[in-house]
Amino acid sequence: MKRLIFLSLLMLSPSTQSAPQDLRGTVKIDGSSTVFPITEAVAEEFNKVFPRVRVTVGVSGTGGGFKKFLSGYTDINDASRPMKPSEKQKAKAKHIKYIKFPVGYDGITVVVNPKNTWATELTVEELRKIWKPQSTVKTWKDIRPEWPNKPIKLYGPGTDSGTFDYFTEAILGKSGRSRSDFTKSEDDNVLVQGVMGDLYAMGYFGYAYYKENKNNLKALAIAPKKGAKAILPSLQSIKEGSYKPLSREIYIYVKESSLKKPAVREFVSFYMKHAKNLVKNVGYVPLTPKKYQAANLKIEAFSAKK
Amino acid sequence: MNFSWRYQKNSLFKLFTLLAALFSLIALTTLLVHILHEGWQYLSPQLLKNFPSRFPHKAGIYPAIMGSLWLMILTFFIAVPLGLLSALYIEEYLPKGKWKSLIMVNIKNLSSMPSIIYGLLGLAIFIHTLGFDHSLLSGALTLSLLILPMIIITATEAIRAVPKSLRMASFALGAEKHQVVFLQVLPAALPGILTGIILSLSRAIGETAPLIVIGAATYISFTPESIMDPFTVIPLQIYSWTSRPQAEFHHLAASAIIVLMILLFSLNLLAVFIRNHFQKYKSRL
Repeated sequence: MKRLIFLSLLMLSPSTQSAPQDLRGTVKIDGSSTVFPITEAVAEEFNKVFPRVRVTVGVSGTGGGFKKFLSGYTDINDASRPMKPSEKQKAKAKHIKYIKFPVGYDGITVVVNPKNTWATELTVEELRKIWKPQSTVKTWKDIRPEWPNKPIKLYGPGTDSGTFDYFTEAILGKSGRSRSDFTKSEDDNVLVQGVMGDLYAMGYFGYAYYKENKNNLKALAIAPKKGAKAILPSLQSIKEGSYKPLSREIYIYVKESSLKKPAVREFVSFYMKHAKNLVKNVGYVPLTPKKYQAANLKIEAFSAKK
Repeated sequence: MNFSWRYQKNSLFKLFTLLAALFSLIALTTLLVHILHEGWQYLSPQLLKNFPSRFPHKAGIYPAIMGSLWLMILTFFIAVPLGLLSALYIEEYLPKGKWKSLIMVNIKNLSSMPSIIYGLLGLAIFIHTLGFDHSLLSGALTLSLLILPMIIITATEAIRAVPKSLRMASFALGAEKHQVVFLQVLPAALPGILTGIILSLSRAIGETAPLIVIGAATYISFTPESIMDPFTVIPLQIYSWTSRPQAEFHHLAASAIIVLMILLFSLNLLAVFIRNHFQKYKSRL
């Protein structure tokens, strides 16, 4: 029923002067696998209103997507982290102008096996100690003396992933700085399976994957400082930003030259209009309505400037 | 002399061969049962005719099926003439010697290269250099490179198996070399060649890695209308669904795997059928 109401709202929403079913054009999107479900949902609804616009969404990872974005292959890049300085430089060198639109929040969740009785929280310093390059943490006891003297098995996303970039930046201060002797996978389900099957495992990945496997995983509360209150990731704590420092904004980057094309402009403004419901729908945390409105104002301002 | 130990050795050996055969059979059955169990509930006409969706019960693989079919047909028309002519050249015209063995060794090497390498090659040549974009054409050319060595190898083997007497008889009747090749050797080698082609094509439609590298889309809201259009294929859709957090999508992926398996199975069946059909024809010669 909710869906029906939602769909009928979509149909009613005024979008263009000309009839939406006549709008033609292509919208090429690539990038983060974290943002993919949101963009896919938007594309699905968008095509119900604009059936003739051809939308493609690829999944090359945030970094791989930016490469395509900056080589001119795509109009929009899904990104689970902001652009890196090196990527910004490349954009400048190629005279590519772009606008960044936040679309929602994701909380990177640190998880352990549900049968793990000892660990309930970690401080950021402890995370740093575990994940830094050449880390000496080999057993749980190395983290806290009262924990078992058993080897710790670490799981994390691969290096092409924006989640990896964000986690390493937030915890170790520099994106990409990390120990390398852990089980890596670009597929978060592999990480979920790994932690589910190993009592002494620890891993990190996007909140949506934790939420879907809540019964088989245990999330750790994270304290930003020693002595500070440790906070568990939840829709609420991620949205408020109290789940620090692992809650992050996720974005779409839109090329300005593409935004001049009616199909892309309609797509992005549709995205901002309907993101609030769709983001929640696929398991992420929406921004405040104000932020989406601000984004739409940005688009209008851009169109007016032209 | 004691024979009983020799008999025992014999039956022991037989047992080992049986166990080895059972092992692969059990692995295959487990996989099949698991996939069928996971996927049967989403197997419906909707799966075949709908576009992908965030609602698992509405999601389908229509564009992926169309993409796979387009890709298969294009790959067929690119790889088969190239492969067949190369094989004919190698077997019928290239004199035996260092060159020939060098070429054959290289082709055999190429046929066992990991498919992702072909993806990287395709990305560099067809997309970055020739500017074909992330289109069906780039995909088909890349897959053609991937299966060319397999087609050439099976075709050369089939051609080599054609009895020399057939060629000699043909020459004796005054036929030109090209007449011998096209009218005698090729028809006689056809069953083997066709089998090789179909098996290579079924490998091509199961490939994911090279297509990810050349940037096939994951979500696509339309079906391709020309060879320059972007596309997705069934294995890519499966890959995308298995990496979603929700278990429903994993079931959906299993259903898509069933569809892909049926497709592959029918292709293999076709290969068997063609071989039998032409072999009957040949034995009448």
